[in-house]
Amino acid sequence: MLEWLRELGRSGIGFFEKLGRSSLFLLKTLAGLPGVILRPRLLIAQLLSVGVLSMPIIVVSGLFVGMVLALQGYNTLVDFGAEESLGVAVALSMVRELGPVVTGLLFAGRAGSALTAEIGLMKATEQLAGMEMMAVDPMHRVIAPRFLAGFISMPLLALMFSAVGIYGGHFVGVGLLGVDEGAYWAQMQAKVDLHGDVVNGIIKSIAFGWVATWIAVFEGYDTVPTSEGVSRATTRTVVYSAFAILALDFVLTALMFGD
Amino acid sequence: MKQTRTMELMVGAFIAAGIAGLFVLAMQVSNLSSFSPAGTYRLTAHFDNIGGLKERSPVMAGGVLVGRVASIDYDNRSYQAVVVMEMDSAYDQFPDDSVASIYTAGLLGEQYVALDPGGSEDLLADGSEIEFTTSALVLEKLVGKFLLNKAGE
Amino acid sequence: MQDTATSDTAHETLVKIRGLYFARGERVIFDGVDLDIPRGKVTAIMGPSGTGKTTLLRLIGGQLQPDAGSIEVDGEQVPELGRAALYRLRRRMGMLFQSGALLTDLPVFDNVAFPLREHTRLPESMIRDLVLMKLQAVGLRGARDLQPAELSGGMARRVALARAIALDPMMIMYDEPFTGQDPISMAALVQLIRLLNDTLGLTSIIVSHDVQETTAISDYIYVISQGKVVGQGTPEELGKTDSDWVRQFMQGLPDGPVPFHYPAPDYREDLLNA
Repeated sequence: MLEWLRELGRSGIGFFEKLGRSSLFLLKTLAGLPGVILRPRLLIAQLLSVGVLSMPIIVVSGLFVGMVLALQGYNTLVDFGAEESLGVAVALSMVRELGPVVTGLLFAGRAGSALTAEIGLMKATEQLAGMEMMAVDPMHRVIAPRFLAGFISMPLLALMFSAVGIYGGHFVGVGLLGVDEGAYWAQMQAKVDLHGDVVNGIIKSIAFGWVATWIAVFEGYDTVPTSEGVSRATTRTVVYSAFAILALDFVLTALMFGD
Repeated sequence: MKQTRTMELMVGAFIAAGIAGLFVLAMQVSNLSSFSPAGTYRLTAHFDNIGGLKERSPVMAGGVLVGRVASIDYDNRSYQAVVVMEMDSAYDQFPDDSVASIYTAGLLGEQYVALDPGGSEDLLADGSEIEFTTSALVLEKLVGKFLLNKAGE
Repeated sequence: MQDTATSDTAHETLVKIRGLYFARGERVIFDGVDLDIPRGKVTAIMGPSGTGKTTLLRLIGGQLQPDAGSIEVDGEQVPELGRAALYRLRRRMGMLFQSGALLTDLPVFDNVAFPLREHTRLPESMIRDLVLMKLQAVGLRGARDLQPAELSGGMARRVALARAIALDPMMIMYDEPFTGQDPISMAALVQLIRLLNDTLGLTSIIVSHDVQETTAISDYIYVISQGKVVGQGTPEELGKTDSDWVRQFMQGLPDGPVPFHYPAPDYREDLLNA
């Protein structure tokens, strides 16, 4: 019993210690951002690897999620004779929830794990220490551009995901199941609010992008510099990011839509 | 250098795709396009009962969307619901004796405010009050009335 | 303090370490180490694995903070420097990591150009000239377009060396430069270290446990063990040392003051007890 309490205390202390370290780390990263803006080339290279390379998986997933939503939604709505509302159902689910959340999870799996592995390997192969000895601060040169790229990419990816998903729903609902084209769009336009739904969805995706990228670069920088350490850190990135995104989603949803 | 060029092109395409997504969501999916940029004006109406009317429910005239419900409140003195409507400025020619009624779209559909224009010379302006209103029909009251009538026969 | 007494030696001594104490958790790594690295010479720091030789380089480079003692590089107290001053000092230091620490996402040319591009506003044509000169010095001008993954270990270290001298530093620290090298690249490295030291007027610090190669090029050697300096002198002096420990280390004897056997109970008793 006592041993169990001690274990609990130790992991609690460990958690807060890590939280503190990662917060300091975040502050240092933010301090490096002005330098990144002065050197856009660094940012562009990272936007390529973080954003552009994540695009195919996001677009394809968005398409399929939208198609599945239309299929499932149709089967439920047709019982009430309300299949005209299919557009609303797809659009609201995509824009409010699935867009930001699924994009966030995919982003953590695709870009976040890659960031952790890359930074972790740079640490394990002494590249970060080497930069420091060349009087180049890796926080500015390596971490900050990656963080900013993730922060910028995530909302863009979520927007693509939602838009593609709505067209995927259109393809299944209107093209295959015979929902009226006009009703699909008109009901959607009548019910989806730019500020209340679209903007809130974007705010969510920005928050998820922030958290997922922060976790990814911190885990990479904090890696035990061995190959085993890198693989563990990569796993942790995906697990922690998924957990943080889902928990944060609940909080944000309660704040935004929970009146 | 060629490498940087393709890199920049791809990043540019990526950002453009994201903005295109935003554009689709704003224009095609949400109701941004359904309001003209002319702006809005506000009308108020008191109802005895608003039924299932909600904020952002549509305001229709002759079946055309002309505005939306901006807020719903309860007036403690008149014991009535106060509905504030945000009207599209493109439709600002309603006479001041127009009637606001709360109807239901379809059998199970949502409720909306219908404006029936009156015949007065004077028009409703920003902030005016619509004096003539018809409350929402409450299904239980209707059924009760119907049963009473049946019993009376 | 004693300005008059130290001023003339300050010119000859580039790195001066006094009373260095450093512990990692419970483990004491340096327990009162005094070292002087003379300017323009090749100084070796030797000792068995795990004596914190790499840690010593990181302390000199300001990547670690000592728990006590002073580390003076070119007249500046490294542990007391602020970030900006430390980074200014590091521009004048080169360090060659064991793995080379080349940036894996850049080809050889850009790796050597990296410090120039980060720290100078030189036009691209001049950077090109400088990079090619440095690569020529290490004999790898033809390898400029290779990716780090395509280099052998010895080549990677030579590229890293070209990068370390890109900003014309006053000193270079070598972390285990000879480990895991085949005889040819080993000979190339040995020659390069000596050559660069003498032609560029560098000060070199080599951390190593490869006795033969290190004694071949060093002007002065410190032997560290158990957190203390246990022997020092020129290679000849150390060859004639009367310390058993240093003799065992320098000659690579399996048994001696450092016993072959890890401390254990009596062999016979151990067997019979089973």
